[in-house]
Amino acid sequence: MTFRPLRFVRRGRLVEVADVHPRTTLLDWLRLRERATGTKEGCAEGDCGACTVVLVRRRDDKVVYEPVNACITLLGQVDGTEVVTVEDLAAGEMLHPVQAALVKHHGSQCGFCTPGIVMSLFALHHAGGPADREAVNDALAGNLCRCTGYRPIVDAALEACAAPAADRFTATEETTARVLAALDDGSDVWLGGSDSFFAAPSSEDLLARILGEAPDAVIIAGATDVGLRITKALEPLERIVWLGRVKGLDAVEDTPDALVLGATVTHARALPHLEALDPDLGELMRRFGSRQVRASGTVGGNIANGSPIGDLAPALIALGATVELRKDERLRSLPLEAFFLDYRKQDREPGEYLRRITVPKLGPSDRFRCFKISKRRDEDISSALGAVRLTLDGETVASVRIAYGGMAGTPKRAAGAEAALLGRSILQAGTWRAAAAALSEDFKPMSDHRASARYRMQAAQAVLVKALAEIAGLPSAATRLHPRKEASLAAE
Amino acid sequence: MQPNDAEAAALRHVHKPLPHDSAVKHVQGSAPYVDDLPEPEGTLHVAVGRAPIARARLQELDLKAVRAAPGVVAVLTAADIPGRNDVSPSMGDDPMFVEREILFHAQALFAVVATTREAARRAALLGIAKTTALKPRVTVEDALAADATVLPDYAFGRGDPAAEIERAPHRLGGTFRIGGQEHFYLEGQVALAIPGEDGSVHVQSSTQHPTEVQHVVARVLGLPDAFVTCEVRRMGGAFGGKESQATQWAAIAALAARATGRPCKLRLDRDDDMAMTGKRHDFRVDWQVGFDDEGRIAALDSLFLARCGYSADLSQGVVDRTMFHADSSYFLPAVRIASRRLKTDTVSNTAFRGFGGPQGMLAMERVIDAVAWSLGKDPLDVRRLNFYAAGRDVTPYGMTVEDHATGRRILDELEERSDYRARRAEIAEFNARSTILKRGIALTPVKFGISFTLTRLNQAGALVHVYADGSIHLNHGGTEMGQGLNQKVAQIVADEFGVGLERVRITATSTGKVPNTSPTAASSGSDLNGMAARIAARAIRDRMAAQAASEWGVAPEAIEFRDDRVFVGNDGMSFAELAGRCCAARVPLSEAGHYATPKVAWNRDEGTGRPFFYFAYGAACSEVTIDTMTGEMRLDRVDVLHDVGRSLNPAIDIGQIEGGFVQGLGWLTTEELVYDAEGRLRTHAPSTYKIPVASDVPADFRVHLHQEPNREDTIHRSKAVGEPPLMLANSVFCAIADALHSLAPGKPVPLDAPATPEAILKAVEDLTGGIGF
Ligand SMILES: Cc1cc2nc3c(=O)[nH]c(=O)nc-3n(C[C@H](O)[C@H](O)[C@H](O)COP(=O)(O)OP(=O)(O)OC[C@H]3O[C@@H](n4cnc5c(N)ncnc54)[C@H](O)[C@@H]3O)c2cc1C
Ligand code: FES
Ligand code: FES
Repeated sequence: MTFRPLRFVRRGRLVEVADVHPRTTLLDWLRLRERATGTKEGCAEGDCGACTVVLVRRRDDKVVYEPVNACITLLGQVDGTEVVTVEDLAAGEMLHPVQAALVKHHGSQCGFCTPGIVMSLFALHHAGGPADREAVNDALAGNLCRCTGYRPIVDAALEACAAPAADRFTATEETTARVLAALDDGSDVWLGGSDSFFAAPSSEDLLARILGEAPDAVIIAGATDVGLRITKALEPLERIVWLGRVKGLDAVEDTPDALVLGATVTHARALPHLEALDPDLGELMRRFGSRQVRASGTVGGNIANGSPIGDLAPALIALGATVELRKDERLRSLPLEAFFLDYRKQDREPGEYLRRITVPKLGPSDRFRCFKISKRRDEDISSALGAVRLTLDGETVASVRIAYGGMAGTPKRAAGAEAALLGRSILQAGTWRAAAAALSEDFKPMSDHRASARYRMQAAQAVLVKALAEIAGLPSAATRLHPRKEASLAAE
Repeated sequence: MQPNDAEAAALRHVHKPLPHDSAVKHVQGSAPYVDDLPEPEGTLHVAVGRAPIARARLQELDLKAVRAAPGVVAVLTAADIPGRNDVSPSMGDDPMFVEREILFHAQALFAVVATTREAARRAALLGIAKTTALKPRVTVEDALAADATVLPDYAFGRGDPAAEIERAPHRLGGTFRIGGQEHFYLEGQVALAIPGEDGSVHVQSSTQHPTEVQHVVARVLGLPDAFVTCEVRRMGGAFGGKESQATQWAAIAALAARATGRPCKLRLDRDDDMAMTGKRHDFRVDWQVGFDDEGRIAALDSLFLARCGYSADLSQGVVDRTMFHADSSYFLPAVRIASRRLKTDTVSNTAFRGFGGPQGMLAMERVIDAVAWSLGKDPLDVRRLNFYAAGRDVTPYGMTVEDHATGRRILDELEERSDYRARRAEIAEFNARSTILKRGIALTPVKFGISFTLTRLNQAGALVHVYADGSIHLNHGGTEMGQGLNQKVAQIVADEFGVGLERVRITATSTGKVPNTSPTAASSGSDLNGMAARIAARAIRDRMAAQAASEWGVAPEAIEFRDDRVFVGNDGMSFAELAGRCCAARVPLSEAGHYATPKVAWNRDEGTGRPFFYFAYGAACSEVTIDTMTGEMRLDRVDVLHDVGRSLNPAIDIGQIEGGFVQGLGWLTTEELVYDAEGRLRTHAPSTYKIPVASDVPADFRVHLHQEPNREDTIHRSKAVGEPPLMLANSVFCAIADALHSLAPGKPVPLDAPATPEAILKAVEDLTGGIGF
């Protein structure tokens, strides 16, 4: 087996790295090795965006500009990309349009958040504009600014992102595409030795073999969860296997009956497909972390992580999704709800990995609703999340799946509430109430710093009643602060 | 034209919306913060070992594993301190490292110095503290039960409020809780200490108070102040959190530099920063009010119970300022404002934008709401009725409000601009139709006292040099934390000399250039340092004018400085040429300016005087919609009108207003500090502590300046703008309460701050006796 070291493009030059510790983050590489200190550390946990850089990569034969949090991106994950940081945008004395707009609109005060904001807007600028306020707010959801109150930043973004990008990056895009294509050479990447390594196999077969030989190695996909184990818990992870280069694992298959998402499909790429399935799913994904988190974080990672407050699992359980796993040569599938055994315990053997998730689509008599409750609307973790899928036979509930996150040690179905609805008329408010009441038997949620048990239960009941009332015909403008979007969001 | 206008017309930079001096560097990542400075060869990194428990006696600290960890160069404890183990601002009650008593969870036990930051952080986890645990006091109630305070109780007032309340036609009372707030400056606490000769040390610190860092480092190292220099070019935000609480990290870095003889840097991890540094004080407020049929208040009796944490820190001034603002904008004929500074086994609460004032004002606005609702009146009418006015213009602390007319003008104009009355009617209609969603609106005023209430802090120094080539070196005691202070002061100095801004070189604040400074705080930065810099610049300009006058044989008054030139009539020379000639003629072109605020005098023992030079006013009108089933809230529209005197820089001032408003919005809605029963902060990261993001700011956000020249003789008749706008966000809280009030008109609204979804839903439940679907 031949492996090559890490390769990426930086400031027009090919960088080859063989001598870093597998845990090295992109941010530490930039600040400590390159001494490129424009990129800041505000939190080292993916929440503040001060460390935002852009990874330029090829996706589906197009050059794309993806914002990521350098603090929780491992250096190995930039293999095959061009890394663009805040120092790289101006051409000599000439500021980049997003930089110039920020200066003009007084978009910086202390300036510490500014490099990250510049990079998020640089990515938005290249997202194919024109960007409206909603798109700008969304592009900034992962960038905290404590000084400005955002208004001048949003104004600057609206101005700079009013037209499609035409900067020196677009001018040289063909060259970039060629260079990146050359890096996409199908080889396997290995940093380090056998006790301490960062491995990035390019095929499932090799992946299965590596995991077979090192079943205790830590799998990473986007590392938006694992990154914090490194920067916050200071876990001395030594053996890391990255899925980002595995061919085929990032495939999306969108058929009339089902959506099949490969485990390493990022949230950003899954978003338009899930949104097409149902607008509530689209909004759930838009509120999932931030652009940075969605650019790195994967569908498989969210599920495999097994958190009881992960957003995808309850929504996909309600939809009746199944997961496929592989170990060595063995493939198996199981219903998503069966994957979650207990708090932080999943039906996954050492060395086994998640391959893909199959999500059945909604038929004409199917209805879906999903609600995320959090302290802050954007970029927050759910205190509770409820999802409902019904099949109606006239006004009768012919089948029903209800699932919640944040209400138990795992994402879990609400058996009692389902039973209270099955065979009943959706038009009876009494039915809604009975189903909501049944939730108090289905779940015994806990109290923590996000919400009390009591609030979690109240919110869970409230969203079920809302979902049912809406399905029965109440317009969402009367039930929600942010009405259901029937029209589709622009793809990210 | 007023004389002021003539003067203003001659100004080229002052009053103009110029960009922040570092804006072009900010957007390119080329504005260095402490952690970005090139590290001197051999720099070591410091991490801090944390107490595992909130309250305990420390029996033994086992640091063997720490010392043996890879990369470790030194381990420091209280025993290694050559001077005093005290990093407090004044009271001597903040140890740098625990000696015997652990006073709060995550308190610094020891420090590790290692070759890399990661090695230091890893090693810091290996310390083993053997302790005897005691039950921690965490809440206001715990402290009350133990009768534990950090400072004596304090009260002021006038008349006999108890009797007046008794006598009043209507009486109400209640209890209101206000949460604290984490600063969440984007740049965490950081310091780099470089050892020099004879034991001296040079500290680069992210601090609002370089002088205090200097003094505390000297105290800890047992050095005279003159052996320590503290330098600050810029901070990545501060908001009060780097006023007294930047010193500990600088002092630890300095001690490490002393112990190893090498440069040492200490940058706290975000979670450590949030756990180890103090926050805005949280309060319980118990109040009673008496009023007439119209809603005119006869008497108020308020008790402010402040949770100060384990030590005094700045709690004397903070809670005093709460009391000074407990009247908000309203005349209180008979009044008692009392306070207790309660001691809990939690991190020591500290300065935060508004310095206690916001809590005092919000509590009073809640009283007004309660009065209005009990009478079935619009709260705005009750606000107007009680607003300071002629003959009803003396505060509870005996200071006359001389310019209440300014405040009232702002209120009037904003009521117009915001279309408050029509929207109030429309909202009532909406609420009658809508069952799940309810809307609310509120218009609340701001009146904020400007000056340090500790009178001696109201002074500043500046140092200006003009070099022989006509370039100008500007230095003053204020620090730049994003508020645009350096830009404002540079504009002032450029206009004194009649030169372009590019000629004025802004330099890092240093205790070696301007000594014995006050913190950059209390919104006073431009008021004080702008004046001091102008005094210095004017002295140099006068000497230059005298030189020019003698060369031309005219009177100095005939000399004019403008457009980078020096004129006598149409004749003249460049500014640079005159600078060169002054040097040749042995005229000194350097000056230290000093300014002390006039008029302020406060007698704390008597509880009366004039603590403030002037007031800054403002008003905001906010409209919200709440979801009565989930407690979620959406801010729909905000109108602001804010008093900045004659703005030194309208763009910067608008930035302060918007930023302050949004910070206040976070404080009152999504930002929730949760401590568990063991006294540990559970929300110690941005994943769990939620400050506003872009989408929390309404698209409809209309901000205007009220530019009425300051009646006091401030720098170019401007007003301070750092803190007052934060309190504009009181309107959001009152609007949420207004929406809730629509559920049960006439009833008091039991809503505490912050109004998280859970808090709002709880209020719905309390108002309606349960949540029905
Ligand atoms: C700022 C921030 C905001 C966030 N917001 C949200 C949010 O709104 N909602 C939400 O649900 N989550 C959120 N998260 C959590 C996280 O982003 C998601 O769980 C994400 O989907 C994880 O995907 P990943 O690819 O980054 O996972 P990784 O961190 O790479 O991996 C997560 C776990 O899954 C395992 N794993 C990954 N892929 C596989 C595979 N194919 N087979 C087997 N095991 C695998 C890893 O070993 C690890 O244990 C947030 C995180 C951050 C930092
Ligand atoms: S440093 Fe905050 S997101 Fe990376
Ligand atoms: S400008 Fe200070 S945090 Fe954004």
